[in-house]
Amino acid sequence: MSAPSMTKDECKQRVIDIIADIAPDEDLSNVKSDVKLRDQLQIDSMDFLDIVMELRKRHGIEVPEADYPQLASLDSSAEYLTPKFNALAAKR
Amino acid sequence: MQTARIVITGIGLTAPNGNSLAEFRRSLLNGVSGVENKEVRYMGQWPAGVCHYDALKYQTKKELRVGTRAGSISIYCAREALADSGLDLGSRPTDRVGIYIGCTEHGNVETENEVYAISKFGYDTKFWSHYHNPRTVANNPSGEVSLNLGITGPAYTIGAACAAGNLGLIHAAQMLRLGEVDCAIGGGVSESIHTFGIFAGFRSQGALASHADPKKASRPFDKARNGIVVSEGGCLYILERLEDAQTRGAKIYGEIGGYCVNSDASDYVLPNPTRQAECVRRAIRHAGLEPRDIHIVNTHATATPQGDIQECEAIRAVFGEGCPDTHINNTKSFIGHAMGAAGALELAGNLPAFNDLVVHPTMNVDELDPACALPGLVLNQPKRVGRVDAILNNSFGMLGINSTLIVKRFVP
Repeated sequence: MSAPSMTKDECKQRVIDIIADIAPDEDLSNVKSDVKLRDQLQIDSMDFLDIVMELRKRHGIEVPEADYPQLASLDSSAEYLTPKFNALAAKR
Repeated sequence: MQTARIVITGIGLTAPNGNSLAEFRRSLLNGVSGVENKEVRYMGQWPAGVCHYDALKYQTKKELRVGTRAGSISIYCAREALADSGLDLGSRPTDRVGIYIGCTEHGNVETENEVYAISKFGYDTKFWSHYHNPRTVANNPSGEVSLNLGITGPAYTIGAACAAGNLGLIHAAQMLRLGEVDCAIGGGVSESIHTFGIFAGFRSQGALASHADPKKASRPFDKARNGIVVSEGGCLYILERLEDAQTRGAKIYGEIGGYCVNSDASDYVLPNPTRQAECVRRAIRHAGLEPRDIHIVNTHATATPQGDIQECEAIRAVFGEGCPDTHINNTKSFIGHAMGAAGALELAGNLPAFNDLVVHPTMNVDELDPACALPGLVLNQPKRVGRVDAILNNSFGMLGINSTLIVKRFVP
């Protein structure tokens, strides 16, 4: 039996959950999916590395450095990460 | 050599039994301990001095997450000290302010946390935090203060084991006298209770205090003392040259009278009473005083069986019987050993005596160890005295570093 697929919205929520922990002072209720995260939140390069680290720790997802730009916005993150989440789920 | 007079114009602190000088002093005069049981990783419950200051008063949640506990304590103390001093940093060049913070050690907490974190991932170092290096560099606490306050002058830590709190103040005074800065934030901090290593190290050394009642665990000079209560805390002072303080009409807590720093050069951990006595004598001479002019001696005594006796030996050698107005106390009996913060905190707890003429006691002395029975020891109850013109603060540390700092009543 194959695992149910993750939707892009669910994937965005996973990213939001991570950002909520690494930028706990931010109001995340109105984050725009198509705008770069760094243009709408107080997130610096070290925080960005935290997103990568938490994807690794929480979900076992590796994001090679060359792919960091894929995490610029929620939309681009969902495009990039959803297949990875689903590929991992299929393996389990 | 003519040297500038240096005065204390602001104090910010967090102690296990108070988050301001007024609250801390009240606790010291009312027998309020700040020691409680704390869960120590791998070791279970141990008595520890835990601070309960409002960490979000001067930092965001993210700053607290990224920074260190030592940085947070430093920022809290620095901000409180500045507010207390009435100095407006916005109206003066930020590069003329120095930050000199004493630390026993720094980085153990963060390193232990990371090792523990990667243990959950099979010790794979790709899970090691990218914050590890900025958190563990030795200048972290001072650097966090400089970031938080936008201070662009020199900001660094002074590693001096448990003498570090005094060293931060002494170094600040020296930098002011050299003209390197116009205002100095100096003192010491400790985040030690968040590392199991310091507890385990003292336990292996046979020097970690235990007691069924944590409030009774820190008991210098008592016959049944059995070691050190590890504590966190911080105390930072604003120091200025007298003429600058007077120009702006600052409140003055006291004047740096004299000081000495020396080394035992005899053992990694065992104190050396001869060198301690030498340190105290030289500080008194540096202050232009005689032993009988010192009205409060705040001891370093940490409640180890041997260490207390050796410090008493040093104090007896200097003050002997000819100092009827010299009173001796100990602050660790209330708050445990705040390591790098100890000297700075313990001095602060005594400074109000210039005004209220009360010497806070050494508490938890149920049965005085005869080897520690110094004349002038103030036991269990505060003592009102005729005059307090000079307070001498001892802080000693491992590898044989000794420090004595004397603060005098300010007389224009």
